[in-house]
Amino acid sequence: MADVTAPAYRVIPIIPALKPGAMEGVKSFVANDKIQEAIGFPGQLVDDWHDKVIAKMGELLGKYRSLKVYMDACVHCGACSDKCHYFIGTQDPKNMPVARQDLMRSVYRRYFTLPGKLFPKLVGARDLTREVLDEWYSYFYQCSECRRCSVFCPYGIDTAEVTMAAREILDSVGYGQKYSNEIIGKVHKIGNNLGLPGPALADTLEGLEEDVKEATGIDVRFPMDVKGAEVLLITPSADFFAEPHIDSLIGYAKVFHATGTSWTLSSMSSEAGNFGMFIGNYEQLRKIALRIRQAALELGVKRIVVGECGHAWRVAYSFWNTLNGVGEGADPNDQFAQMLQKQLDHRYKQPMHICEFTWDMIGQGALSFDKGANDKHIITFHDSCNVARGSSMGGYPGGQFDIPRNIIKAVANNFVEMSPSTTHERTFCCGGGGGLLTDDLLDLRVKGALPRMEVLQQVVDEHGVNFMACICAICKAQFTKVMPIYGFDRRMVGGVHQLVSNAIILGDK
Amino acid sequence: MSALFAILLYLATLVFIVGLLYRIGGYARTPAPLKIPTTPAPTTSTGVVLRITREVLFFESLFKANLWTWGLGWLFHASLALVLLRHLRYFTEPVWGWVAFIQPFGIYAGITMLLGVAGLWARRLLVERIRYISTPSDHLMLVLFIVIAVSGLTMKFVSHTDVVGVKNFMLGMMYFDIQPLPEHPGLYVHLFLVAVLLLIFPVSKLLHAPGVFFSPSRNQADNPREKRHTSGWGKKLESES
Ligand code: HEM
Ligand code: HEM
Ligand code: SF4
Ligand code: SF4
Repeated sequence: MADVTAPAYRVIPIIPALKPGAMEGVKSFVANDKIQEAIGFPGQLVDDWHDKVIAKMGELLGKYRSLKVYMDACVHCGACSDKCHYFIGTQDPKNMPVARQDLMRSVYRRYFTLPGKLFPKLVGARDLTREVLDEWYSYFYQCSECRRCSVFCPYGIDTAEVTMAAREILDSVGYGQKYSNEIIGKVHKIGNNLGLPGPALADTLEGLEEDVKEATGIDVRFPMDVKGAEVLLITPSADFFAEPHIDSLIGYAKVFHATGTSWTLSSMSSEAGNFGMFIGNYEQLRKIALRIRQAALELGVKRIVVGECGHAWRVAYSFWNTLNGVGEGADPNDQFAQMLQKQLDHRYKQPMHICEFTWDMIGQGALSFDKGANDKHIITFHDSCNVARGSSMGGYPGGQFDIPRNIIKAVANNFVEMSPSTTHERTFCCGGGGGLLTDDLLDLRVKGALPRMEVLQQVVDEHGVNFMACICAICKAQFTKVMPIYGFDRRMVGGVHQLVSNAIILGDK
Repeated sequence: MSALFAILLYLATLVFIVGLLYRIGGYARTPAPLKIPTTPAPTTSTGVVLRITREVLFFESLFKANLWTWGLGWLFHASLALVLLRHLRYFTEPVWGWVAFIQPFGIYAGITMLLGVAGLWARRLLVERIRYISTPSDHLMLVLFIVIAVSGLTMKFVSHTDVVGVKNFMLGMMYFDIQPLPEHPGLYVHLFLVAVLLLIFPVSKLLHAPGVFFSPSRNQADNPREKRHTSGWGKKLESES
């Protein structure tokens, strides 16, 4: 993939002209039968896929109000049409959110609405053909489910919901994506997305303890499977070994150390990520989430804290309570959920984001910092899409924007915002979310990063920014990969807790 | 002719009401298994009511998205609302005070409504992206509104119809006692297309009007940690484990 190049920055960031078919050929690798069958999907495209697709679509329309309303409500006003980073980067009109939805809506109209049955041409309805199915596969794996389109739609139509439904339908007829489905298999088999087995994890953590000891002279622990710990930390597995993720893991450990909080990781459930969401499969989403409940019960922890990961935080914050009962209120018939309810300490938010934890501790005066340690950095903050638009922090609307920024300002002196049309709820996806963080989509990923790179370049030029902090494992991985292609240093990207780690003063507690 | 229009309008009204109730029932019955408000979102149900009210009255999200579409769309809808309210005078006797009061504004609303629709159509025709996503039905829908508005305005400004006669006809319809409909080609066109509008409402994108109230990304409160969300089939899975 050496031939992947960055698209040119737009001189004035106006809406690009259309280039129909520009990304037609882009097709993420299809899962083989082993990968598919391991998680209960048909191995190959089934013979009667046509009828199965329609039947599955009917089923989903009855199961998800979102899909049902979104299929009907769109007025083709075009408000969302220029809001997707993949459209901006690729100029392919089928990457406009409304056009992406229409790939499915056209089929919906043909098979589920009267006008579409009677006058397909008139209402833009089309038969489900093999070409249409391939087009679904191609373009529904060019959506990172970032929900930016949904912010601007007058009815809140969320293309991510349509993408999830499409992927669920494709999986159900044996047409799955290698990257996402392989990862889901690994979670079940090994316990995390990266397939890092327990002993290897233990080694890594031990190594980290030594590293930190060497750097600071202090025994900061990275405990695993400690029964009776106060906090169970659920973090993306990339935190265990990928750069720059690992520096944030060190940051969390130092915060726990400095505040005297007993904590533990779980070898059985060493993954915050939940790709069940990406493929829109409720059973997988739930199964993966239930692993956390199991770990919490086995370890007897009182609190569950989630590390820096965007989609994982969306799943944890918005879905966990429904799926696995981490939160307030449990089903009276569900014995395990009841046990969990009794065990959790309800004085705290459950689950809690590591940023909420750290910010609370800062508020209580439990942490002190040497801000000067971050003076080499001029920092900006990239809001990760799933945190910004799919979750919150602090218990009030917008806390997800304030809290990470507050932490940065508490631990560093130089902070600059990027253009407001690309931050907070309007933030652009890094270009690698939603199950697209795979090398077979590198071209798409590079193009999708364009809007973020443009505004980063602005603050680099105007303010000399040399560090872009974020709180998402996928953002970190994506940026370290694509930023060099745009001519930035890959080390410009890092976690918020990496900055915390730099500045925190570890007393001898 | 009077009988023909009476039948057509009855039929259209029936389809409109039954169809719309059926669709709304469908939306209401379909569960929303997960919490998916587009955040930042209000944390209380009062907040949600305010959020939807802002969307319905001011098109808040559209305002963030595109000022031109917002301006034209809002002009169109606000005018439409006024026009429809002004039309209440054909259905009430005596005419309610506030309906009488808005009559003069209603006339201008007819014109601004036409401007709004024309602007939206121009956007659809001229902006490459919007042209790309438009289906023939999107264009026809705007043509429909244009012709309804033009025929209405023609009756007002060019060739008057007997509005008292129209009123008698409509009141008669309401009591199932068909009165003669004034003979006027503009009126025929107007009423025929209004019937078409009612007929297509439950099977077209006009469902955005009920849809906006049922959109989970807008109508859910953002309180998943504090209040456990369950619904329909998602809840059933619970007892199976
Ligand atoms: C709850 C009430 C309603 C809300 C919140 C609402 C909102 C909107 C919005 C935000 C748009 C997109 C912007 C635009 O193109 O104007 C739109 C489009 C449209 N609305 Fe509504 N609407 C409502 C009711 C209605 C009703 C009752 C009708 C007709 C009887 C209607 C007819 C249309 C049409 C024809 C369009 C498409 C305009 C185009 O093609 O550009 N709306 N509506
Ligand atoms: C059965 C229902 C309706 C009847 C009996 C009716 C009748 C009329 C009449 C008689 C006029 C002429 C007013 C005058 O000369 O002062 C008129 C005008 C008008 N109508 Fe309707 N109409 C109906 C429904 C509608 C609907 C649903 C719309 C919009 C979608 C509409 C839009 C207009 C407009 C824009 C005007 C011109 C402005 C005005 O006079 O308010 N009408 N209508
Ligand atoms: S969810 Fe994000 S990636 Fe998908 S269409 Fe919307 S803006 Fe594009
Ligand atoms: S903004 Fe919403 S209604 Fe408008 S075209 Fe996009 S999805 Fe459709």
